[in-house]
Amino acid sequence: MLHDAVAANVRRSWLIILVFAVFVGLVAYAFAALLELGELGVAFAVVAALVSAWGGYFYSDRLALAVSGARPARKDEFPYLVNITEALALGAGIPAPRIYVIDDDAPNAFATGRNPKQGVVAVTTGLLAKLDRAELEGVVGHEISHIANYDILVATLAVTMVGIVALLGDWMARAVFYGHRGSRRSSSRGGERGAGFLLLAAMLLAIVAPLVAQLLRLAVSRQREYLADSSAALLTRYPPGLAAALRKIAADPQPLRAANPATAHLYIYNPLLDRKHRLDGLFNTHPPIQERIRRLEAL
Amino acid sequence: MEIVLFLAIAAFVLIVLAGMYNRLITLKHRVDNAWAQIDVQLKRRADLVPNLVETVKGYMQHERRTLEAVTEARARLTRGGSVGEQAQANNMLSEALRTVFAVAEAYPQLKADRNFLLLQEELSGIENKIAYARQHYNDNVLGLNAATERFPTNLVAGIFGIRRRDYFEVQAADREPVRVEF
Repeated sequence: MLHDAVAANVRRSWLIILVFAVFVGLVAYAFAALLELGELGVAFAVVAALVSAWGGYFYSDRLALAVSGARPARKDEFPYLVNITEALALGAGIPAPRIYVIDDDAPNAFATGRNPKQGVVAVTTGLLAKLDRAELEGVVGHEISHIANYDILVATLAVTMVGIVALLGDWMARAVFYGHRGSRRSSSRGGERGAGFLLLAAMLLAIVAPLVAQLLRLAVSRQREYLADSSAALLTRYPPGLAAALRKIAADPQPLRAANPATAHLYIYNPLLDRKHRLDGLFNTHPPIQERIRRLEAL
Repeated sequence: MEIVLFLAIAAFVLIVLAGMYNRLITLKHRVDNAWAQIDVQLKRRADLVPNLVETVKGYMQHERRTLEAVTEARARLTRGGSVGEQAQANNMLSEALRTVFAVAEAYPQLKADRNFLLLQEELSGIENKIAYARQHYNDNVLGLNAATERFPTNLVAGIFGIRRRDYFEVQAADREPVRVEF
């Protein structure tokens, strides 16, 4: 049963990535149709996108840790956490990740890094204090699964894709705005109607593209949460541990001090969620906690 | 014309066989690597046991048999042997250690010893690691064994002598409740 759930989630995640890639391709194609408005600008956009992708690939983990105020967990200070994490890494067949703690009473955790060799698991001190062993194993198992399933890379790639689309959309808006005035002077009257239609389409894309890209990023993130939940259940062979942990984390009133929109989608439970008015709507990076618990209990 | 056809078929068969062979080798390496992970933990455990015996000895004069069981299990584990033998020795050691920790409850001074507490966390941590490493190893053995038995990879496995492996098993004795002798 557990193996089936993992396989189904992997398939769904691939589909989302495919849709994402096709969408990015279409936007790029639409932009290329406007190429006559300035090839140099496109070249600059591509260079900027590549530089940001490179930076995102190599430095996003360090940035995430710095933003969260995480510090390395020493073995003599947190022997329990270190032992559990190393054990779960053995079970998943990945190298032991680097372990960080965040001094914060809110129970939460995240994983980062670009591949299992560079994996990082960070947990708050509140999580260590409030969960029992089976629950902590569930949460760390969830984070280890994010690493083993390459979710941490997918998250980075998704961020990069969104960055590229946003950049293209911005360039398109500029090209339409300035290019339109320029073309009126230079181009002949015959091409005017076709160019006008193209400009309208480009303008629409420029407005819609960043929004759709953001929604897609959220959808990627949500599917990966379900996958990490079921992988953690498979790893620990004890789904109730993670289910109980999620229930405790969701019920905890303490807000995470280091919560940040840039890193929110990394955490096991969205730290930006309004704890009074639970709006599990379209813009949440995480699936509703009740649904996650229900799926764990169905395993 | 027929020669070309024959050569094409031969090349195709060769490519398919090479693919199966490579897959078997990958599976075999995965099992070897998973076993190495268990082995590391077994050795670390065996290395820590003398420290534990040394620490506990001062407090537990009346538990010589309990400590002898630990030393005996450790000796069997360090002797090595097949996967089955090592699994059995490991189970013996787990049981012996559990008895020591259960008996230790009756010694408040020992329970307050910082060195003992560190060793206890470390040893139970290693036991947990062995359990997870065993799970990973057994998953990989399952993959290899299925490939060596399933048609047609079983033919390739037979030709190159790639055999099925033993699971690292938890014996029935390991699941029994701990007997504490006072």
